[in-house]
Amino acid sequence: MKKIPNLWYKLLSILIVAYVLVYGLLINLPTDVGILDETIRNLFYHVPMWFGMVLILLAAWINSIMYLNNGDSKRDVYASELTNTGILMGFCGLFTGMFWAYNTWGTPWTNDPKLNGVAAGMAMYGGYWLLQKSVVDQQKRARLSAVYNVFVFPLFVALIYIMPKVAKFSIHPGSGESVNFRAYNQTNNMELVFYPAVIGWTLLFVWIAELRTRTVILKRKKENEKLYSDHLVA
Amino acid sequence: MKNYILIILLLNFLTASAQTATESLRSSGKIYVVVGVIIIIFSIIVLYLLRLDRKITRLEKNQE
Repeated sequence: MKKIPNLWYKLLSILIVAYVLVYGLLINLPTDVGILDETIRNLFYHVPMWFGMVLILLAAWINSIMYLNNGDSKRDVYASELTNTGILMGFCGLFTGMFWAYNTWGTPWTNDPKLNGVAAGMAMYGGYWLLQKSVVDQQKRARLSAVYNVFVFPLFVALIYIMPKVAKFSIHPGSGESVNFRAYNQTNNMELVFYPAVIGWTLLFVWIAELRTRTVILKRKKENEKLYSDHLVA
Repeated sequence: MKNYILIILLLNFLTASAQTATESLRSSGKIYVVVGVIIIIFSIIVLYLLRLDRKITRLEKNQE
């Protein structure tokens, strides 16, 4: 066990997520929340996916700016793998949200500003992914995707937070005129699980991002070694 | 005597409201089965991640 680097935050994420999984189901919550009913517990699983995604994409954005500043290829790997992990977390949020919506609103997708904003935002990150796949030259790819990312993240935040907030009507909680979960919190104990949930799930996905990053760095080192040895032979 | 009845009524009301809050999920006690299943899945995922981490660490050590 001692061999694993940064073990402390990994163990912390395991502990917190285990606590959230167990206590999120067992805690007493208000039952008079209309159509939400017991599904209000999804606050501890669906919502942290989006919070964590935005935090991880923010980290990727900062790494992209750092890459453009100093050209350190390590920063490029961090940025792209953090973004990929953020997209993964976004898909977790999207599918859990669709499942929840199907059981609450009766349909997996509504023409809601929050949902449409997310769809557009995910499409923009789809563009990022395509960009990474389509440029072969490593340095060119790194610069292009860093510049793209610098522009995409603020737009993404505008699309999924600001636009739904200023929209006239939305049935998604926390956007438009609709109430957020604070209004349901009559028992005043939702924070006990919600804030740990955001921290724990985010750390768990940071762990996944770390594994991805280290794999890519290993792969690149190997490729460079091969280039070097080919050069020697030639 | 009147106060006594009032307190009993109040206690009765409190316990009743506490019961409705817990009733729907835990009346049968089966929610613990769901928690157990979730914990099993989660611990398998965690073990998998730890193993993966160890493997990558070993690869990194070999490359140096």
